Amino acid sequence: MKMFIRVLALVLLVLIISHPTADASQVHAELAHGSQLAGGPLRSFELPPWEDVQDVLMLRNYNTKLVVLSTMILGVASGFVGSFLLLRKRSLMGDALSHACLPGIVLLFIIMASAGGSGKSLVGLLLGASLTGIIGVGVVMLISSTSRVKDDAAMGIVLSVFFGIGIAMMTMVQKTPGQSSAGLIDFIYGKAASMVLQDFVLLSGVAVVIAALCLLLMKEFALLCFDQTFGKCIGLPVHLLDVLLMILVAAVTVLGMQAVGLILIIAYLVTPAATARFWTDNLRVMLLLSALFGAMSGWLGASLSALLPRMPAGAVIVLMAAVLFILSMLFGTSRGILKRVISHRQLKIKVGRQHMLRAVYELIELRYKTSAKLSLPNKSIHYANLLSHRTWSAASLSHLLRRGKREDHIEKFDGMHVSLTESGFGEAARITRNHRLWEIFLITHADIAPSHVDRDADSVEHVLSPEMVRELESALEAKIDTQVIPPSPHEFFVADKPEGEKEL
Amino acid sequence: MTWMPADTSIVVVGSLCAVACALPGCFMVLRRMSMMGDAISHAVLPGLALGFLLTGSRASLPMFMGAAVMGLLTAYFTQSISKWGKVDRGAAMGITFTTMFALGLLLIVQATDHVDIDPGCVLYGALELTPFNTFGVIEMAGYIIDIPHSAIVLSIVLCMNLGIIILLFKEFKISAYDPELATTLGINAQLMHYLLMAMVAVTTVAAFESVGSIIVIAMLVVPAATAQLLTDNLKIMLVISAVVGVLAAVMGHISAIIVPPMLGFDGTSTSGMIAGSAGLLFMFVWLFAPRYGLVAKLFSSRKIEVPEMVASRDSACPK
Repeated sequence: MKMFIRVLALVLLVLIISHPTADASQVHAELAHGSQLAGGPLRSFELPPWEDVQDVLMLRNYNTKLVVLSTMILGVASGFVGSFLLLRKRSLMGDALSHACLPGIVLLFIIMASAGGSGKSLVGLLLGASLTGIIGVGVVMLISSTSRVKDDAAMGIVLSVFFGIGIAMMTMVQKTPGQSSAGLIDFIYGKAASMVLQDFVLLSGVAVVIAALCLLLMKEFALLCFDQTFGKCIGLPVHLLDVLLMILVAAVTVLGMQAVGLILIIAYLVTPAATARFWTDNLRVMLLLSALFGAMSGWLGASLSALLPRMPAGAVIVLMAAVLFILSMLFGTSRGILKRVISHRQLKIKVGRQHMLRAVYELIELRYKTSAKLSLPNKSIHYANLLSHRTWSAASLSHLLRRGKREDHIEKFDGMHVSLTESGFGEAARITRNHRLWEIFLITHADIAPSHVDRDADSVEHVLSPEMVRELESALEAKIDTQVIPPSPHEFFVADKPEGEKEL
Repeated sequence: MTWMPADTSIVVVGSLCAVACALPGCFMVLRRMSMMGDAISHAVLPGLALGFLLTGSRASLPMFMGAAVMGLLTAYFTQSISKWGKVDRGAAMGITFTTMFALGLLLIVQATDHVDIDPGCVLYGALELTPFNTFGVIEMAGYIIDIPHSAIVLSIVLCMNLGIIILLFKEFKISAYDPELATTLGINAQLMHYLLMAMVAVTTVAAFESVGSIIVIAMLVVPAATAQLLTDNLKIMLVISAVVGVLAAVMGHISAIIVPPMLGFDGTSTSGMIAGSAGLLFMFVWLFAPRYGLVAKLFSSRKIEVPEMVASRDSACPK
């Protein structure tokens, strides 16, 4: 619960900072406060008119259309690739890769500049970036497969060393008089706002190819992520696929770097995929959702950045993706925190009920069972016996009994005696039978000693499905009479009978 | 090439930084959290921005505090997201630090018309400028030695890291290799984790000012991984990683002086060159380490005779 409140506070913080349309007055106040303290001038923070908002969101504004569309397309492509990356537990590969691109960019810049051009041909720089990016990924894979250095350290090494060399090269270029390397810095922080049609065509073309490849090779990539060894054994070229996936990651990274910057493209690769994971366990659905979340954060982020002053597109997109992530982490229908808390609670209630009913049944059996043939009468038992039958506290037992009464399993519970209703008795008999079946199965097929079998069966019996019970019945048919409830294969620890036993 | 007093102080500052990072770096590598240094160094941006916004000055202390707090928060959020959301730790780290970096960028751009805190400065640093920011001058045996400001800061951080590691060596060791065992022995593994993260955060932030984060990221990982290839003993690993760090600093500075003129350039970033030399050292060890190096492995694997039956069974399933 504490965690929940903390996360909520974080959500609010992110919302306040990233959502000026929703909380404009608050942001205004904060900003004014901040600038006053900083001694800067007060700035008014005007909301754009609603028509402008509509124009941008509906892509009717030509200036922003390109930017918004390209960030959306990028979101789709990185959503696909990022999903496989996440499932392969290699999310941070994008991080290593984007840093490893820097030396290539500078190298191609130097080569192109010395060949006589301005050195800023986009295609050339992207080629350079892909070159060292792919080399970097290759080195990571090589280090982690040929030495005892783990893959996280290998990524750290490639990231820092390549980036360091890149910085050293870039500084060399910058210190050379007469050469302008101003465009290179855009690669680190991105320049989505200054995108031209040519850039857009290149970006969307490559993004479509990436997305198509991901969909075409979905089965193969899925096998690579979930069961590499099996893939190898049925003859898939696993290493080739691995390399191909990394090339796709490199392509997305290189493309996105130019739009949102070297550091924020990592978010594009990681966040939408992790967000989608909260909603589904199905790979196809996950891919679609991940692409959807990527496109959505691109759309919202780029639109917001176009509408409001001083909002760098890359940063707003990442914050949008983070908001989606946090919401999904809380409310996701498959792995969301809320969903897991609820289902855990339900399981706890179920286990508690079954333990209580079985304990009552076993006590009735101990006291009134006279022969194997006769059916058991539904009699009341002593509360004190029930309390000592299992290791549970008086408080938790009475909690269970009260719930049993609400669920119409317990007929009477007055602090001295406990008795079951008809439906409770039937349920108790069924649960005990399942428990005994599983115990006998473990003894005969898994060679577990009868004295130890109770606890082993305890952890499984709550999840036995009807089909499983039928299977157990057919497996044990030769051993026991499965029509009735079999006797317990082990002794019970019987506590000293409390006073008043004879009154019953 | 002439060696000047300024060169000495650059190498000294670089080495101090390298050793201060390499020591906690060993534990980071062992705990498979090597990318944390990178994550923290990006995620402290909102802390720097807030420190600046709240005080309105670029005084070191508030920005330092803000950044250190953000560094710890990064570790905390990463841990919480991966624990509560059941997200892979790498992904949790990626989400946390990109979000915080974006927040920082937004804060800076929103708050200042002209960007006073240059994010670039944080990323690259300017090690070659350290001699000009002097703290004081001491005279020793007739020589006048300028003490750079950053040398003092980094020495304090180094002493702190060294002290903590020596004092809690056993605890760090057990919780790095086997957190469950540590817990059963009564060591608070969680606390150890956050202590390590605090060390990394403080070291990263302290090194920012003077040398830039790229050295920090490199020195947190590369020397430790190099040492890991050379020894199986944690104490020796710590010593080797420190030596590798110093070597990289020396080599990096020398190559920063020698290499650019050879290629026809005027100068370069010493920080970048130090990271590059660390990579070179790692590559050398990766190939030629006596036991775990590639060459040694190649030779030792030839000695193993594969029995016929095993060999034929293996070839049945194509690799």
